[in-house]
Amino acid sequence: MDRLVVQGKTQVAEGVVALVLARPDGGRLPDWAPGAHVDLTLASGATRQYSLCGDRWDAHTYRVAVLREPDGRGGSAYVHDELAVGDTVGFGGPRNHFALVPSTRYLFVAGGIGITPLLPMVHQADLVGADWALLYGGRSRGTMAFADELARHGDRVTVHPQDEGGLLPLAAFVAGADEGTVVYCCGPAPLLAAIEDATAHRPRHLLRTERFVAADLGAPVRDEPFVLELARSGATVTVGPELSVLEAARRAGATALSSCEQGTCGTCETPVLAGVPDHRDSILADHERAAGDCLFPCVSRSCTDRLVLDL
Amino acid sequence: MTTTLDAVPTLDVDPFSHETLEDPLPMQAALRDAGPVVYLPRYDLYAVARYEEVRAALVDWQRFPSSAGVGMSNFKHETPWRPPSLLLEADPPHHDAPRAVLSAILGPRALRRLTDRWFADAEDLVAGLLDGRGDVVELDGMTALAEAFPLRVFPDAVGLPAEGREHLLPYGDHAFNAFGPSNDLVAKGAPRVGELSAWVASQCAREVLSDDGFGAAIWAASDRGDITPAQAPLIVRSLLTAGVDTTVHGLGAVLHGLATHPDAWATLRARPERARVAFDEAVRWQSPVQTFFRTAEGEVPIGGTVVPADHKILMFLGAANRDPRHWHDPDRFDLDRDPSGHVGYGMGLHQCVGQHVARLEGAALLTALARRVERIEPAAAPTRHHNNTMRAFAALPLRLTPARA
Repeated sequence: MDRLVVQGKTQVAEGVVALVLARPDGGRLPDWAPGAHVDLTLASGATRQYSLCGDRWDAHTYRVAVLREPDGRGGSAYVHDELAVGDTVGFGGPRNHFALVPSTRYLFVAGGIGITPLLPMVHQADLVGADWALLYGGRSRGTMAFADELARHGDRVTVHPQDEGGLLPLAAFVAGADEGTVVYCCGPAPLLAAIEDATAHRPRHLLRTERFVAADLGAPVRDEPFVLELARSGATVTVGPELSVLEAARRAGATALSSCEQGTCGTCETPVLAGVPDHRDSILADHERAAGDCLFPCVSRSCTDRLVLDL
Repeated sequence: MTTTLDAVPTLDVDPFSHETLEDPLPMQAALRDAGPVVYLPRYDLYAVARYEEVRAALVDWQRFPSSAGVGMSNFKHETPWRPPSLLLEADPPHHDAPRAVLSAILGPRALRRLTDRWFADAEDLVAGLLDGRGDVVELDGMTALAEAFPLRVFPDAVGLPAEGREHLLPYGDHAFNAFGPSNDLVAKGAPRVGELSAWVASQCAREVLSDDGFGAAIWAASDRGDITPAQAPLIVRSLLTAGVDTTVHGLGAVLHGLATHPDAWATLRARPERARVAFDEAVRWQSPVQTFFRTAEGEVPIGGTVVPADHKILMFLGAANRDPRHWHDPDRFDLDRDPSGHVGYGMGLHQCVGQHVARLEGAALLTALARRVERIEPAAAPTRHHNNTMRAFAALPLRLTPARA
């Protein structure tokens, strides 16, 4: 299974740690673009999605930031309290449902940890010479990660802690949006509802949002071996954590054409006949993942004891 | 560890001479054997021809970007012959949105709606060549099959009108020549560049395209704001430039491989589900796209040396696909081989966005041929078509023996 090693762990705000992740062998990581997230599988077996907030020009590390959830359950408490430099986590993706579309003008609105996908976006908007502004809200200044990194952008960035200034002045912020301005917002559900209200008069495609979801996702992922059955030959092979499904299928005599072998090109797409796939690719949308009828065996695995593929 | 530039082996070869284009294999072997990186004084270029270095250069968009052109010309110092491609000749972040849009439109799940139709079209094409034509049919595999099939299905899938499609192949041929040096092959195409470019540009307009093809899907992405209206026609242009000649010569490659390897043909007839693998093995073996260039962003260490800033590096995909350091018996066209990982479509961020289209065309045509044709043999020696980028055939005389019904 693809795993990443924790290369750095830094407190970046009250209740927020940033992790720097790398391949154990230091190799290139899959490419990504602003708005992308990775799935990280923690020791508890829980899979959580984290937006990438590092530098895509560094092909060898990813950075994510993790907020400690108030209820203290699941992944975030583990990341804060137990995960240490040198530990490894399982990973899938990256995937991007929140891509930065080309425009000459952007308005970014971040709520709390929702700053993470927007951080590489503002960097990129700056790089291409777009006109942009960021309104960044949080409970209090001390809880707002990366305000220091954003300071270099001067008055393009407005940091607006709620305990100092109340709710975000969204209506005023978007008032100057012209017909070419795209609004990006990431944060908790009430903020997204508020930005939808504030931009209700504008064409829908000019608002792009991503909800910060704290919930654990999907079936618990397993590290235990599972049985792979190749329907065409009837061959079966046990797949342990050290082996990809693709490699296991090849060892069992199947021909499975592949190319990138990192879940991005789509060449090895294979129909699933039985079992529940554990998707780790960068290709499928959520509803396609949920359908469970195909997988990319170069990176994806099985949630069930038995996985039957049309190979 | 890096060494001084003096340590870079130098080879005085011309990858774009007619002699080399007729048979590039000896030069490619010499380049691979000379070292991981080789300096080509004739063009003041660095070249990589071994699998490991070619693949490393392909995926490293950060240090070997594409926006200065993926041909010999450096767009930082020379004006490109046409507005640069938003895909091939672009880097992140500008590359992101066009690539994301086109990847979805040409992805395997999006192509499912075409699969049955294309397999039926291939059956129909093959039937038209064989039915009532006797016990043995001789034909030119290039015109009758390798060109006929893509030209039958791809322009329809894009949504092009019927008129003017004869411009597609000459336009693509010139575009692929233009990645090379400004030699006689480029000069040959020059008189028609204006006319062909104007025709291609006119086909990219929304109102010219059908409302259910790849072209319309690109324009729909512009309506959704995923790309800008100014980007849409250039993305359609990418389909028309890169989507025809490449598959034509991929099909030529696999037909040539099958005709000259009766054991491979027998394997395919017995196991037609190997058609997709056969097509990729041919893309590895012949590498229809032989070369692409990148430009060093700063001094870039690779293969124990350093490519100086702003210098062009020439990546020999075809040589990498026959590197014995990576492949067993690489010169052999072998349907029992797993060609996975070949770099015939490139690798990384810029890997051929149409690769699934190409494989589907290949699988459809080979499946139809395997069902209807018992034997496929060369009827005469093939003749090569010279192009600065592509390994291509001008003619591929074949003798087909239809299977008894």
